Amino acid sequence: MRRASSVAIGASVLVASIVVGILVGPVHISPSDVLRWAVSFGGATSVSDQDAAILANLRLPRVVVAALVGASLSASGAAYQAVFRNPLADPYLLGAAAGAGLGATISVAFGPSDAFAVTVPLAAFTGAIGGVGLAYSLGRSALGGRSATSLVLGGIAVASFLTAVQTFIQQQRSETLRQVYSWILGRLGTAGWDDVRIALPSVLLAVATLWTVRRLLDVIEVGDLEAESLGLNVGRLRTIVVVAASLATAAAVSVAGLIGFVGIIVPHTVRLLSGTSYRHVLPLSVLFGASFVILVDVLARTVVAPAEIPIGVITAFVGAPFFLLALRRSAGRLT
Amino acid sequence: MTAGAASALRLHELAVRLGGRDVLRDVSLDVPMGSWTCVVGPNGAGKTTLLHACAGLVDRDGSVELFGRRIEEHRRRERARSVALVPQHPVIPEAMTVRRYVLLGRTPHVGPLGAEGRADVAAMDSALERLDLAWAADRRLDTLSGGELQRAVLARALAQESPLLLLDEPTTGLDLGHQVRVLELVDELRRQERLTVVSAMHDLTLAGRFSDRFVLLSGGRVVATGTRNEVLDAAVISEHFGASVQVIDEGDLGWAIVPSSRGSDHR
Repeated sequence: MRRASSVAIGASVLVASIVVGILVGPVHISPSDVLRWAVSFGGATSVSDQDAAILANLRLPRVVVAALVGASLSASGAAYQAVFRNPLADPYLLGAAAGAGLGATISVAFGPSDAFAVTVPLAAFTGAIGGVGLAYSLGRSALGGRSATSLVLGGIAVASFLTAVQTFIQQQRSETLRQVYSWILGRLGTAGWDDVRIALPSVLLAVATLWTVRRLLDVIEVGDLEAESLGLNVGRLRTIVVVAASLATAAAVSVAGLIGFVGIIVPHTVRLLSGTSYRHVLPLSVLFGASFVILVDVLARTVVAPAEIPIGVITAFVGAPFFLLALRRSAGRLT
Repeated sequence: MTAGAASALRLHELAVRLGGRDVLRDVSLDVPMGSWTCVVGPNGAGKTTLLHACAGLVDRDGSVELFGRRIEEHRRRERARSVALVPQHPVIPEAMTVRRYVLLGRTPHVGPLGAEGRADVAAMDSALERLDLAWAADRRLDTLSGGELQRAVLARALAQESPLLLLDEPTTGLDLGHQVRVLELVDELRRQERLTVVSAMHDLTLAGRFSDRFVLLSGGRVVATGTRNEVLDAAVISEHFGASVQVIDEGDLGWAIVPSSRGSDHR
C-alpha cells in the first residue's frame, strides 16, 4: 500500500473510531444530537443538559484519553522494537510498568485517599520514568555496554526488583489490594479531563520526537556497527528514543493503568499493511493505535454492560495470540 | 608529512585493546590514493579490528588520518562520507527491499532530520545499475542469493560515495566464480570511480591477483609490507600461518599460493 493512501486510511479509521466512541454508551444519545452538540462546540441549546454533560465530561475525555494511550503505547512499541532490533520489545520492557506499579501502590498505600485521582497518576508517572532510568543506568554501568541486550537485561532485573517491592508493600497493606489490582488491570472508566491534562504534554512531546526520527530508525536495522559506519550516532539516537518512548509509556500508564500488548499488536498489524519501514510504521502506529484503544474501550464497556470489563483483560486476550504470531515470524531470525 | 597529501589513509602507532587484550600494537601504515591494499594474516591477527579502526569504529590509541586529516577532526557524517565499510558478516534486515537497503548508504548525505532528495535517489539508482541489481530493486533481501546479497552490500557502500572503501573478507561464502566476479567488479569500480580500496582477505591467491600492495599482520603487529613478491613469500607465509606453502609464479599464466605437498620439505 502506498504511504499517502495508508495514512489517509489510518486517519479515516481514527475519525470513525472517535465517532463510535462518542456515540456508544449506557445512556442512548441520538447521533443527530451528538452532531448538533459537536458542530456548536458543546453549546447547542437543543441538546439536554444531561446529555451535554455526558458527552462533554464522560464520553469525550474518555475517548481522548483512550486515543492518547493507544497512540503512546503503539508508537513506543514500534520505537522500542526498532532500537532494540527485537520484534517482541514492548513499552513495558525496561521497567516502565513495574516502576509505575510501584509508584501507584505507594500512593494508594500511603497517600491521602481523597486525592487518588491526582496522586496515583503522578506517582505512576514518576515510578515509570524512575524504573526506566534505573534500568538504563544499570544496563550501562553494571552490565558494561550501550548495546540493546544490556539494556533489556537491565530492564528485566529492575522490573523483578520493583515488582518484589510492590508485592511487599501490597502485602503489608492488604486493605489497598483491591484498588491496586483494578489499576493494574487497566482502566479508562474514570478518565476525565484531569487525565488529559496530565498525559497530553508528555504524549505530544514524545510522539513528535519519535515521528521526527522515524527515518533513522530504519538505519539501526543494519546493526550498531554498520549504522555507526554510515555516520549515525547510535548511542545518542537510542537514548533519545528510549527517553521519548518511556515518557509516552509513563504518561499512558499513569492515566490508564497497565494495558498490555497494544505495543505489540498495533505495530505488527501495521507492518502487514504497509511494509517494515519505520517511515510508515511509526505514523500508522500512532493513528491505528489510537483507534484500536478507543474501539477496545467501546467493547470493554458494552460487552457486559452496565458493568465494564477491565480493558487490559481484552488487550491481553487479543494480544497473547499476536505475541505468538510475532514470535513465530521472528523465530527464523532468533535461531 | 610530505607523504600525507597523496595518502588516502595513514596510520601512526595505532593500538587497539579489546576486552583487556592488545589486538593491535604499533601499527603504522601508509595507503596511497587509488591503490588496492590487501591486509592478510592468520585468524585472530587483527585484520577486522584494523579495518574497524580505520573507519573510526573502535576506541584506539595512536593516529588515523583520512586524506590528510585526523579522523577525530571529522564529524561522524563527514567521516562516513570519506570511508565506507563492507563488513565480513553484514546484518541483513530480511524484510527490507534492496532499494531501501541501498538507500541507507545515503545516510551520511542526508541531514538527521531531513529526507533523501533527488541526488540521493540518483546515487542509489546508479549503484543498483552498476551492480546489476536494478531488476531486484523491489525484492526483499531474504529472497536474494548469496552472490546477489554481496552485490547489494557493495551497492550500499557505493551509494555512500566515499572515496575510501574498506572490504572485510568480501568473498566469504561465495563460490569461486562469484569470488572472482566480485573482486573484478571492485577493481573496475576502483579504477572508474578512483576509489582507494583496503581489503582483508584469507585467500592469498585471490589477494595476490587483485591487490597491488600487501600488509601482513600477525599477532596484532605489521610483520611485512610491500609488493606481492615482498610479502607473499613462501618463507614469510610459512612462518606466520604455521603451514608450509609454495608460491607458483607462471608469469602471465597465473600466480598462486598452494600448500606444499606432504614431505616436500624433506626432498
